[in-house]
Amino acid sequence: MYARPWARTAGAFALALAVLVAASGTVGNSAPAPQPRRGGSLNFIVSAEPPSFDGHRETTFAVIHPIRPHYNLLVKFDPFNYPKVVPDLAESWTVSEDGLTYTFRIRSGVRFHDGSLLTSRDVKASLDKIIFPPQGVVSARQAMYEMVESVSAPSPNTVVIRLKWPSATFLEKLASPFNWIYKADILERDPRWYERNVMGTGPFRFKEYVRGSHWEGVRFENYWKPGRPYLDGYRALFISSPAAQTAAIKFGQALVEFRGFAPAQRDEVVQFLGDRVTVQESGWLCNLLVVPNNQRKPFDDFRVRRALTLAIDRWGGSRALSQITFMGPVGGVMRPGGPFATPEAELTKLAGFGRDMEAARQEARRLLREAGVPEGFEFTVKNRNVPMPYIPGGVFLVDQWRQIGLNARHVIQETGPYLADLRAGNFDVGVDFTCDFFDDPDVQLAKFVSSDRSPLNYARYTDRLLDGLYRQQSRERNLQRRLQVVRQFERRVLSDRAYQFHLLWWQRIVPHWKRLQGYKVSPSHYLEDLEEVWLSE
Amino acid sequence: MLRYVLARLVLVVPTLWAVATLIFLLVRVIPGDIVELRLVSGGSYVTPEVIQQERGRLGLDKPLWAQYADWIVGLARLDLGTSMWTGAPVSKEIALRLELSLQLAVMATVVAVSLALPLGVWAAVRRGTWADHLVQVFSVAGLATPSFWLGILLLLFLLYAFRWLPPMTFTPLWVNPVANLSQLVWPALAVGYRYSAVATRMTRSAMLEVLREDYVRTAWAKGLAERAVVLRHALRNALLPVVTVIGLEFAFLIGGLVVTEQVFNLNGIGKLFVDAISRRDYTLIQGLMLLVASAYVLVNVLLDLLYARLDPRIRYA
Repeated sequence: MYARPWARTAGAFALALAVLVAASGTVGNSAPAPQPRRGGSLNFIVSAEPPSFDGHRETTFAVIHPIRPHYNLLVKFDPFNYPKVVPDLAESWTVSEDGLTYTFRIRSGVRFHDGSLLTSRDVKASLDKIIFPPQGVVSARQAMYEMVESVSAPSPNTVVIRLKWPSATFLEKLASPFNWIYKADILERDPRWYERNVMGTGPFRFKEYVRGSHWEGVRFENYWKPGRPYLDGYRALFISSPAAQTAAIKFGQALVEFRGFAPAQRDEVVQFLGDRVTVQESGWLCNLLVVPNNQRKPFDDFRVRRALTLAIDRWGGSRALSQITFMGPVGGVMRPGGPFATPEAELTKLAGFGRDMEAARQEARRLLREAGVPEGFEFTVKNRNVPMPYIPGGVFLVDQWRQIGLNARHVIQETGPYLADLRAGNFDVGVDFTCDFFDDPDVQLAKFVSSDRSPLNYARYTDRLLDGLYRQQSRERNLQRRLQVVRQFERRVLSDRAYQFHLLWWQRIVPHWKRLQGYKVSPSHYLEDLEEVWLSE
Repeated sequence: MLRYVLARLVLVVPTLWAVATLIFLLVRVIPGDIVELRLVSGGSYVTPEVIQQERGRLGLDKPLWAQYADWIVGLARLDLGTSMWTGAPVSKEIALRLELSLQLAVMATVVAVSLALPLGVWAAVRRGTWADHLVQVFSVAGLATPSFWLGILLLLFLLYAFRWLPPMTFTPLWVNPVANLSQLVWPALAVGYRYSAVATRMTRSAMLEVLREDYVRTAWAKGLAERAVVLRHALRNALLPVVTVIGLEFAFLIGGLVVTEQVFNLNGIGKLFVDAISRRDYTLIQGLMLLVASAYVLVNVLLDLLYARLDPRIRYA
């Protein structure tokens, strides 16, 4: 396991925070856990359909929720103790002194659903496909593993990963819920086979997929983990309409929707089902971002951008918007409540995050006057036509800016044209978002490095100082020093330069039937895992 | 007659080609990019190289004329291509949903015809009486009520009266008729009512016109029974415009039930259409548009043939 001092420190820190998150993150789940029971089939809702069946190439939860139960990972996040990383197909691992070599011992006796035995060759082939994809194969998270030099399989039960430079959270990155382990022979024959087919070592075998309707899995009797899974099978129902989702939960056609409900949906379900339902809540690794176009006048002037962020009453907005949307927590670049969160005392010193709104708005008006922006200045706010939470977020922003004499017009577009406009710089101010699978500055800050280095940064600025800070924190092995660099990065992005800034983070709300047991909500809707889930009588 | 049918079918080819070309150009005018929607809209970090690679794989880096040529050559071989979003053959994507949409269209048509013909005839025969007014209220209400709204009311009724919801997933009729009908009968009623309102009004006005004709007066004068006059002499001659309306509505139902499908969570062609457009899945949009255009063309040919059957005076040269 973690053998080196720096890694031990990181592990202990993560564990302590996991306990903190576990203690504070859930509601209504405090009764002593009853004994797990085998049997039954779980029906759950998925609000979108998987574009392909290949986790390596896709980026949506719509792949994770129905298909992830067919696969194992090398290591995974503990479903009950986020963000602790626990063994999955790797039964143990060691990290070299310099943090550059990770050696994994692969579990023996693990069978694929076709009956063949898993070896380190399968793990290497899968990781190679993710990190060094062959020509014509898309790996969506390839960039996340740019520190990896090589993956080798020196023996049938050993995998060695060598890094070019140490990465503080490499293990967590490896635990990505999309890093499914495939069969090497199949990948050798056709590296794109998994886009249309399913064959893993996971707790459930694939049964059927009816497009637009459902995805079904059944228990894999030869699963390597004794006594798991508890469920006989599961059925993921594809239901996109929130009203139909709520109705399906109310009438027991499904027991849960793992992504998360809006407060109104939660209340409707709770009111209808009463004590038959449990609501689990957690901070969510997703947020809404305000993206001024840094190349378009007057937003190329940092005073104007700073005025925009100063005008937003995030604390008041949090109280109001959390009643009608799943937005709520106020935070900086890292998730509030997460291991890297900025303490409130420090956060409130950033422009736009203070609690004295009168002073902030006076300052905003002064900055606008200084920048020569006239009273009633008109601009557009481009937003997606996704009702929850984008549209309420956009409406709120328009109101906030009106209070400093700006006249913002809310332009709601379909996702296609919206993305095209953001990409092309055809906007004044945009409403953007991020959603990630774990708390890590490498992942959460990637959106803020210079536009020429991050395709996800639509704010159109170049700041090499910021890029340097990103690189510095990424390679910093000491957690405290890393946190300091992250704070510096945050101050520069959100406050000093106000290139782009967060509106609010999201709050995950998962109401589910009490019959559903062995499930604990985590801060990411990508981390769902059915291995330990069971149904009571 | 056979020559006429063949000529009509041959004409279908250039019609569909023109439709196909228009669709091909139109879908590419809409802003948005399937690759970005798929890889970036989830907020993930994807390099420009990956995006470019994917664009190349889908053939979107080729010039427009080359993309068009590829598609038309495929069409000539009856190959609609593969969905850019799912990678599955377009024909398979459509076939899966067509089963539900066709069944729903047939069921809604049955509901509509069962209501429209008797009510329309009754209203015409009892013109100006309370019966006529009742039917008019019924049909105007049907025209004014969107089928999705009626669908929501039906669902609410089921919820509050029986604490029951129709199944959320589709089961084919031959697998489990009860599950199938318990899911589809409600949307069929909601859609069929609006559809029947159109057909009822058309039946009534066509009947009123025919009932004034000399041959109907002659039939009455001959002392024929009301049933024989109304059904054999009047209705048969009044059916032509009614059949036209029913046929065109049927074609519309194949792909037009977008909102109703959402309300009942139906996995039909309408929902597929919306998904394809919102994802900019060019090949699937093109395939679906061709399906709908073909449905209209085919229904029109069938209507022409039915006219000849209903009215022997009609001859196609």
